[in-house]
Amino acid sequence: MNLALRDIRHNLGRFLLTCLGLGLLLGVALAMVGIYRGVVEEALSLAHGLRADLWVVEAGSRGPFAEASRIPGDVREAVARLPGVIAAGGVTFQTVEARHAGGPDAAPAPEPGLAEDWVRERLGEAGRQRIGTVLRLQVVGYEPDRPGGPPSIVEGRGIGRGRREMVADRGSGLAPGAMVEMGGVRFRVVGLTARAVSTGGDPVGWITLRDSQELQFRLTPPAARRAQQGGGGGQPQDTVNAVIARLSPHARVEEVAAGIRRWKHFAALTAPEQEVVLTRSVVERARRQIGLFTVVLLLVSAVIVALIVYTLTMDKMREIATLKLIGAPDGSIVALVMQQALMLGAVGFAGGTTLLLAAKDAFPRRVLLGPEDVGSFGLVVFGICLLASLLGVRYALRIEPAQALGG
Amino acid sequence: MRAPLVELVGVAKGFGEGEARVQALSDITLSAMPGEVVGLRGPSGSGKSTLLNLVACILEPDAGLLRLAGETVWQGRWAPGDLRALRREKIGFIFQFHNLLPFLDAIDNVALALTLNGVPLAEARRRARDLLDYLQVGKRASAMPAKLSGGEAQRVAIARALANHPRIILADEPTAALDSERAQVVMDLLRRVAREQSATVLVVTHDEKIFSRFDRLIGLRDGRIETETRPSTAEDV
Repeated sequence: MNLALRDIRHNLGRFLLTCLGLGLLLGVALAMVGIYRGVVEEALSLAHGLRADLWVVEAGSRGPFAEASRIPGDVREAVARLPGVIAAGGVTFQTVEARHAGGPDAAPAPEPGLAEDWVRERLGEAGRQRIGTVLRLQVVGYEPDRPGGPPSIVEGRGIGRGRREMVADRGSGLAPGAMVEMGGVRFRVVGLTARAVSTGGDPVGWITLRDSQELQFRLTPPAARRAQQGGGGGQPQDTVNAVIARLSPHARVEEVAAGIRRWKHFAALTAPEQEVVLTRSVVERARRQIGLFTVVLLLVSAVIVALIVYTLTMDKMREIATLKLIGAPDGSIVALVMQQALMLGAVGFAGGTTLLLAAKDAFPRRVLLGPEDVGSFGLVVFGICLLASLLGVRYALRIEPAQALGG
Repeated sequence: MRAPLVELVGVAKGFGEGEARVQALSDITLSAMPGEVVGLRGPSGSGKSTLLNLVACILEPDAGLLRLAGETVWQGRWAPGDLRALRREKIGFIFQFHNLLPFLDAIDNVALALTLNGVPLAEARRRARDLLDYLQVGKRASAMPAKLSGGEAQRVAIARALANHPRIILADEPTAALDSERAQVVMDLLRRVAREQSATVLVVTHDEKIFSRFDRLIGLRDGRIETETRPSTAEDV
């Protein structure tokens, strides 16, 4: 006869209400685990998507994600000529506040030739007037047919040879055909990718390297731009943030990297080194913050479970005293308390997990949960409930059988 | 020759230390034979409940000798063995407010006492059903305690107390929550059980209406036995 189950059935409403509260708390804690995983996944998403074996960046920097890196565009030629390198491409990265008319569900623009008319109609006769919905994008400039382009197109097409085209991530809410304005230049979205985001969680947009260099120039402060145009200083326009290289399967990445590191003014990072920079440096604070918050939430859950179990045990003081008086062994009393704590945890965990899995796509940042995460979290909840029940067990074992007697 | 089932010799019990010490029982000597229904009466603080708790092995005496069902349970210290198992096997308890577990129906409240003694659940439920029928509450077997009347609940509690055929039945104010008619029914039941099962029934009570149902009535005052009478006029049931 399972006393814990019978007691729960007797007070089912109260038990389910308690489970609902605990489930919400555990759901939030599990969401933090998912967000933690999502932050790491998003941090690596762009680097993985570019499928680079080697990153050539400015000497003394760990760029382009961790620090500023700017190198001449023609470095690509030198890298491409290295033994073992099968392809190399210059890339730029910049975070841009773009605007697009009509909101995320903007209707596709008409034919390319009529795009300007369409924009004028949408943005008003002023034409250049900056109106529309603001959209934060991580813009990657790359050379078509060279490494650095979008990983895969899920809708529409890739960028052709033409200018002012863009492939955007689906997370931006843009549809193929939508017009986007950045730095006073308008781009037409021609294709979409899936789940390509920057380390900060912004959707990624790809444009040609020439367009991105122009964009970088346009977004430079006016004084620096004037100096640059007059040849009086500042950065030359043909620069990239990094050159990425893909190597032959037989090439030894470390040897190629070591060769580049011997060049003056340049540094090289292998793909694993880039991952370390991304996870240990770029998102380290966010990772630790979320990790710490998760631990705090789990501790709060443990305290709450302990209090619930303690209260449930206190409510059963007379019943437990009666059980002791009629000869129930301590094992039966401990089982009653612990089983209830575990059932509470199990139902709360199941409820919280179901709720989170149903709602995770509504989170602004990616919530990534694998079966192993859910399984591990379940084990943690099991441990928490087991530990939390000890308070109730201690109370139950201290109840005197004599407390069953009298009024 | 029949031996007493409950035997106390020179038992004493006090609470507290130093000047705050209260002597709850002093030099109590009494015995109860099989089939005997013994009442313990007295004003509040006279030591009735303490005496019941000593016999139930819930409290430890300070001095004297306590023997239950022929075995010495306490003499200077507890005899080796599990007191809870002793209670489970030899003692049945009936409480003032029945103390049925609210989350078990009537039949499982009785069956629980049997399963604690190692009886398989199906067999325990069969025996519990027989007991409830015997106590004329078989029709309420599947009712939860909250749905039982006071008399029904007390009969279910008696069934639970009898489930393991205990030789000693201890009852703490078993009729306090009942009207006089139901109180008489409960006392008749206890007398019948005592006779049929050769058990000793020890009842703490204030209820003068049932004094006549005892074979022996022991009056306590200030922790000592003050009176001992044989009021029973009721015919054996």
